[in-house]
Amino acid sequence: MPMRPSKEWVAIKMAERGGRGSGGHGSLDKSITLPPDEIFRNLENAKRFAIDIGGSLTKLAYYSTVQHKVARVRSFDHSGKDIEHEPLYEISVQEEITARLHFIKFENTYIETCLDFIKDHLVNTETKVIKATGGGAYKFKDLIEKKLGLKVDKEDVMTCLIKGCNFVLKNIPHEVFAYQKDSDTEFRFQTNHPNIFPYLLVNIGSGVSIVKVETEDKFEWIGGSSIGGGTFWGLGALLTKTKKFDELLQLASKGQHTNVDMLVKDVYGGAYQTLGLSGNLIASSFGKSTTADKEFSKEDMAKSLLHMISNDIGQLACLYAKLHNLDKIYFGGFFIRGHPVTMRTITYSINFFSKGEVQALFLRHEGYLGAIGAFLKGAEQDNPNQYSWGENYAGSSGLMSTSPDVFPMQRTRSGTFDMFEMDRLERPLVNLPLLKDPSTYIPDTVDLTDDAMARKYWLTCFEEALDGVAKRAAASQPDSIDASERAEKFRQKYWNKLQTLRQQPFAYGTLTVRSLLDTREHCLNEFNFPDPYSKVKQKENGIALKCFQSVIESLDSLGWEERQFALVKGLLAGNVFDWGAKAVSDVLESEPQFGFEEAKSKLQERPWLEDSYSQWLERLKEGPPHKCALIFADNSGIDIILGVFPFVRELLSRGTEVILACNSGPALNDVTYSESLIVTERIAAMDPVIHRLDKGLAVLVRERETDLVIIEGMGRAIHTNYYAALKCESLKLAVIKNSWLADRLGGKIFSVIFKYEVPCK
Amino acid sequence: MICWLMVGTWAASLQSSPAAGTGQCCSEVQSRPRPTVLSGGTRGLDAPLGNSEIFPWFGLDIGGTLVKLVYFEPKDITAEEEEEEVENLKSIRKYLTSNVAYGSTGIRDVHLELKDLTLCGRKGNLHFIRFPTHDMPAFIQMGSEKHFSSLHTTLCATGGGAYKFEQDFRTMGDLQLCKLDELDCLIKGVLYIDSVGFNGRSECYYFENPTDAERCQKLPFNLENPYPLLLVNIGSGVSILAVYSKENYKRVTGTSLGGGTFFGLCCLLTGCSTFEEALEMASHGDSTKVDKLVRDIYGGDYERFGLPGWAVASSFGNMMSKEKRESVSKEDLARATLVTITNNIGSIARMCALNENINRVVFVGNFLRINTISMRLLAYALDYWSKGQLKALFLEHEGYFGAVGALLELLGSA
Repeated sequence: MPMRPSKEWVAIKMAERGGRGSGGHGSLDKSITLPPDEIFRNLENAKRFAIDIGGSLTKLAYYSTVQHKVARVRSFDHSGKDIEHEPLYEISVQEEITARLHFIKFENTYIETCLDFIKDHLVNTETKVIKATGGGAYKFKDLIEKKLGLKVDKEDVMTCLIKGCNFVLKNIPHEVFAYQKDSDTEFRFQTNHPNIFPYLLVNIGSGVSIVKVETEDKFEWIGGSSIGGGTFWGLGALLTKTKKFDELLQLASKGQHTNVDMLVKDVYGGAYQTLGLSGNLIASSFGKSTTADKEFSKEDMAKSLLHMISNDIGQLACLYAKLHNLDKIYFGGFFIRGHPVTMRTITYSINFFSKGEVQALFLRHEGYLGAIGAFLKGAEQDNPNQYSWGENYAGSSGLMSTSPDVFPMQRTRSGTFDMFEMDRLERPLVNLPLLKDPSTYIPDTVDLTDDAMARKYWLTCFEEALDGVAKRAAASQPDSIDASERAEKFRQKYWNKLQTLRQQPFAYGTLTVRSLLDTREHCLNEFNFPDPYSKVKQKENGIALKCFQSVIESLDSLGWEERQFALVKGLLAGNVFDWGAKAVSDVLESEPQFGFEEAKSKLQERPWLEDSYSQWLERLKEGPPHKCALIFADNSGIDIILGVFPFVRELLSRGTEVILACNSGPALNDVTYSESLIVTERIAAMDPVIHRLDKGLAVLVRERETDLVIIEGMGRAIHTNYYAALKCESLKLAVIKNSWLADRLGGKIFSVIFKYEVPCK
Repeated sequence: MICWLMVGTWAASLQSSPAAGTGQCCSEVQSRPRPTVLSGGTRGLDAPLGNSEIFPWFGLDIGGTLVKLVYFEPKDITAEEEEEEVENLKSIRKYLTSNVAYGSTGIRDVHLELKDLTLCGRKGNLHFIRFPTHDMPAFIQMGSEKHFSSLHTTLCATGGGAYKFEQDFRTMGDLQLCKLDELDCLIKGVLYIDSVGFNGRSECYYFENPTDAERCQKLPFNLENPYPLLLVNIGSGVSILAVYSKENYKRVTGTSLGGGTFFGLCCLLTGCSTFEEALEMASHGDSTKVDKLVRDIYGGDYERFGLPGWAVASSFGNMMSKEKRESVSKEDLARATLVTITNNIGSIARMCALNENINRVVFVGNFLRINTISMRLLAYALDYWSKGQLKALFLEHEGYFGAVGALLELLGSA
């Protein structure tokens, strides 16, 4: 499973009245008038410019570095100090520099203004060349050279396109989607396949290019067709006197092609049964317009033209796919560019001609492929392909539907600026080697793009919690004078994201509870709130540590079987603790151990909602000790210290090695890797059983022959991974602290999930 | 689903039978006339059942745009036959054979007439007549007025219209149609006409040096061993068949971008009203003013992909620009429409040939009638893009094979 910070939902903890309704709807309109400095961001450090100029849109790419704050924890030297009244560790906020890729898309008419703006704000003078691609690169060459003072270095269109395509296919989760017409979710996102090759790329620009891509560097133009977007536009303009491509599509979406096309039933009077051809199939495009004296409506002609061209492209694409034995076709080019009406007709055509054997696939960042490719060409010395990159949800506009009929709000959007940003990840994300089938692994349990009810619920939840999160963020930086201003900006930004997702759940790929949390983290980081919970966590860790020894003592006093149950209950009770409810906080202050006991009493009595405890106990009793257990820990404080560590200790005493996996970066009150190091050190100092700390993960898991994976908490074990099948034994446990979810799963709040699974041999 | 009628009991005995085993006799008859068939005996109401068909011999193919009719005119009519020939039949024969045009829209393609043909033991001429499908009701009306039904002959018809107009034939003309599958008929017709030849000439031909405008010439092609072949029938729409033997064929695919699309778009773009007019305009136009060529984008060849500068990159691509829309002529638009449709058919046919591993592609259908531009373009495109691996073949009787097949079914069913 990708080791991203992922955090369970904590609506309960901060169930204060959330989000102001007023901020929502203006957001999209507002983006039109965004000042350019909010579009061309981080220009000061920008370098490696690349530009892709198409027939109507320009895409600009550059590499930049972002300075942002990160929270660091550092252990104090406690020797000779009053441990009782000192915090456990020191928190400091430091500046860190990370790499970011910026991509901006705008209409060609803005090109001069944009170039001027860039010129004025470009500080970096190392840059001497700009990589350029696209049909319009030639036309604007002189303008770019004059305005920016950079030498234009042209790159082959198709090479850039494919380089860009490979890049997004590898780096961006949920990049690829299939279009489904008669479904609640028009966009069916695909999980990333470890191996993306070979595939067919059909680029529908003014004409059609069909390219077979076999490896990173090997691709071949295997064919094409002159009937493409230019035909739709050119012929459409002649037939309807409508000049703009978008307007033609709009006409088409309102028309009836059957008035213009000759259908099988017009020839046969019904279906052509011998061949099983339905009467509604088009026998001859424009076959009914073979008369000089009849008038045809613009809408009908546009629709007929759209069908004709989409079907033709689909048919040829299928013929090429068949000849080359490929079953995946990615479509790109301005004919597609997010237009539902063309995606629909292309998908229909591919299904029809391939009888369902070939899949028509589309890309979320299709419009950026050329720019990404040109950028990569220019940045080869920086080796961008060597790193992993992740989409920054805060800085990216997301997929926009341009159909006015589907999403009326979108009309205001097209023709403005669209942004796409990627952050360099600290380390590449890999699949956990213990996954049974990495290619089919879908971490998220519920697809909110698909499940309208769940989507509504969670979006509201996040909205309601937003004010609380913003307040906590401001409170986490009491010394900063602009903290509340930044917190408000954060609130506004995330609120807008939530509104966008209400309108277009597919904007950033499959919408999940995890992606909602990730988006919030990205927004918090954007406004320099690297870890709003750092102080809370610090305090809770300190308090919990004080209780560690007495908890261990009471556990050790129990008999073996009793102890096993107490350990599991402790693990679950620890997970009840989440921040936000003031009552809990107060209890902890005065009597932490009492709080822990109270949490235990809140837990559902056995049998639990999901209960394989008996099998687990049986396994411990009868089976040999596990070689190595991998535990994905959840919250800091009580959870990790009083819940997880006693459990770890027991495993260690059985002779099982333990790898503790924590988030690399902060996410709410999750324990982070660096915090866990300090906590573990301190526990190790107190407890001789816990003495070793392991670093790294994927390698370790393999090296140590991990045969037990324990996943704890709602975020890790319910919202994600609930259905994940592993190659080894696994334990998924969580307490359901959300009554809506509990209800959905057929239980009550504080129901317990204890899922012990043994892979079938 | 093949149906046929037994003479004399036709109204009641509409039957369906498996396709196998029907309709093979006639081509055999041609090479080895069957002695039992027709010795000039009496024909008409009292004719014995089953031996052969009574005159008149028609084959009808009712397409989306055009109706194709083939008529066999017996030239070996004995005096006795002549005497017994009912008045109606005589008048039909005289009417059809002494005219070249019927009404305002019917036309006999005199140049295609097959002379001195031996068919089911009878000698005669085969006539090829066409009229627009929208005149079908008038045609049925005429049949009704001329009491065609009293002739008690079987009317074999194929094409979609055989289904669509079946009811009209019955109610308006008191005529029962024998509906035949159009693809069966098409293949039968092609194989038959090719085997009898075109009045001593070859039915099949190709273009030599299609890539060289100066040296390009039409030459006969011997289709003696025709299989496997890809048969591309371009009517209003296009059907593509892979034919492996007389009985073994499959429809590979089809496209809705066919003759109807060319004509339909031409009507909308130029205001023309006939196919001939559209083609005439096209012959005077220049498609490169309308289409965006590879060289318009890359300044020359796109070497990276081996694309020549003259290749069309985007059909109608120049029409995205307002100035260019205002500067093109109707003739240019007609030419571009023709080139677009033709190239596309060539492209799909080529891909099908590759997928089916067939290297001979026979183009038929009325889209090719008087349409040398398209034929040469198809020949050129297939040759160029396949690097000489594929050969485009054409047949003189372009659009009439379905009707011929229907006629053969009529005779074969005896």
